[in-house]
Amino acid sequence: MKQLTVISGKGGTGKTTITAAFASLAKNAIFADCDCDAPDLQLILKPEVLEKEEYIGSATAIREVDCSKCGKCREVCRFDAIDEEMRIIETKCEGCGACAFVCPEGAIEMKKRVTGTVYRSRTRFGPMIHAELRIGEEASGKLVSHVRKKAQELANDGDLIIIDGSPGIGCPVIASITGVDAVLVVAEPTVTGLYDMERVLKVAEHFGIPASVCINKHDINEEKTKEIETFCRTRGVPVLGKLPYDDVATKAMINGQTVIEYSNSELSRELKKVWEKVELFLRAGG
Amino acid sequence: MKIAVASGKGGTGKTTVAVNLALSLGNVQLLDCDVEEPDCQHFLDLNLEDVEVVKSFLPVIDAEKCNLCGRCAELCHWNAIVVTPQKATVFPELCHGCGLCARACPQGAISEKGKVIGKIQRGKSGEVEFYQGVLTVGEPLSPPVIRAVKKKAKEDRITIIDAPPGNACPAVATVEETDFCILVTEPTPFGLHDLKFSIRMVNELGVPHAVIVNRAGIGDNRVEDYCEREGIPILMSIPNDRKIAHLYSQGIPFVKKMPEWKDKFVMLYDKIIRIMEEVA
Repeated sequence: MKQLTVISGKGGTGKTTITAAFASLAKNAIFADCDCDAPDLQLILKPEVLEKEEYIGSATAIREVDCSKCGKCREVCRFDAIDEEMRIIETKCEGCGACAFVCPEGAIEMKKRVTGTVYRSRTRFGPMIHAELRIGEEASGKLVSHVRKKAQELANDGDLIIIDGSPGIGCPVIASITGVDAVLVVAEPTVTGLYDMERVLKVAEHFGIPASVCINKHDINEEKTKEIETFCRTRGVPVLGKLPYDDVATKAMINGQTVIEYSNSELSRELKKVWEKVELFLRAGG
Repeated sequence: MKIAVASGKGGTGKTTVAVNLALSLGNVQLLDCDVEEPDCQHFLDLNLEDVEVVKSFLPVIDAEKCNLCGRCAELCHWNAIVVTPQKATVFPELCHGCGLCARACPQGAISEKGKVIGKIQRGKSGEVEFYQGVLTVGEPLSPPVIRAVKKKAKEDRITIIDAPPGNACPAVATVEETDFCILVTEPTPFGLHDLKFSIRMVNELGVPHAVIVNRAGIGDNRVEDYCEREGIPILMSIPNDRKIAHLYSQGIPFVKKMPEWKDKFVMLYDKIIRIMEEVA
């Protein structure tokens, strides 16, 4: 079994569109949507849900009985989740339990809470695990790890798990790349795209994950595309392809299809080339 | 007056809106709370200076005192400590720095050391006072850095806050306790899907909100139809214009080259004030 994660640093560079195109091209693949607070892959892969599970990933401190308001809980809380009236602010509570531990009156209880829903589904391209994080929940990293675990349980020896990651460099991204065989960073040729790509490549390096890059919409700024290529060359990060800007990407999305299914455009042809190189990169061990 | 600019989907134009709104209004504060990928800086002439480091805590286990009882591992909400019959190990990338393990260790074997997880930088671009948080690469936890940036907001000023994408804890930490939230989206199925999650988030937080449609014309009308049905005002539509996209790619705020948009952003602010008065 191999695992590939598609990430980007900057949002909206085309992770999901590219992941969906890979779904059209990959053989023996399992798909894991690890962008749990904006799970869009399902809009293209249209999963038929086979199994649904509530995920309990967190807890909240609840003060159900009156207390003397001694303030010890507020003193130890590192997340500013207890106000001057000793009321617990749920959206700020991380569920660590320090308040409950120090409360001399035993007035605080830690209640487990459902933080998301995890689905096992089938799609026209293969099995898919996806999830939905409850609004505002922390523990998105934990949910990502859980989705990946479920995908691994389905995988046989020769299978490939393709993981659609989230933007940024924080907890869900780290959870989506630890232990994978390779990441593909989807970069766009803008000032921000370059900066964000550099940061996310550093994260991959930090955790020792082999990284590759694909430049999306390369023709919106050829100069920045060159800058990305130069940067990658000096860092020894392979650029596996350059994709043109094409509104077939949006049209395919509106049709609920992958770009490969929707049209035989230049974009589709380039996507196929990128996919072949991704397969080689994975086979070479990153 | 704190106005957050947020979006469920990434790359819809939060930073574009936040920067162009700040530059159009002039005498305001601009806070970049997308501390994982702080991008406002690329659109402003700035001399950034470090003003603060943001720290979390990490447990340090004294192997001499530790009797491997496993109490710390049992209590840790994030499984950041693993105790085997041979030794206790801390996994820093899982630790949230809550301090419970140190407090609870029956042997008093756990102390804490501070670790830097990010920094706050300040700069000035014309009349705009700018702050940004920068999460240290490899650190998972952005909310403490976000909260530290938000503390720079002055009550008597208009403060525009650029939020991270998504609807999870970083977005909530940014949008909570603001006076208004602009939700930027694009008229595509992904844009609409993620907008619906964002609407639920702002409703749960009780923050008044409205929508800006960016790249108008690129997809279909479902975002507009949805907003009309739900009674959510659309404050502005920014067209899918190659010139705007090219200026963006170079790091140029489009109000600088297309000054007619400045008035539109000033009017946008007036609309927000009117909506807030209605809500009040």
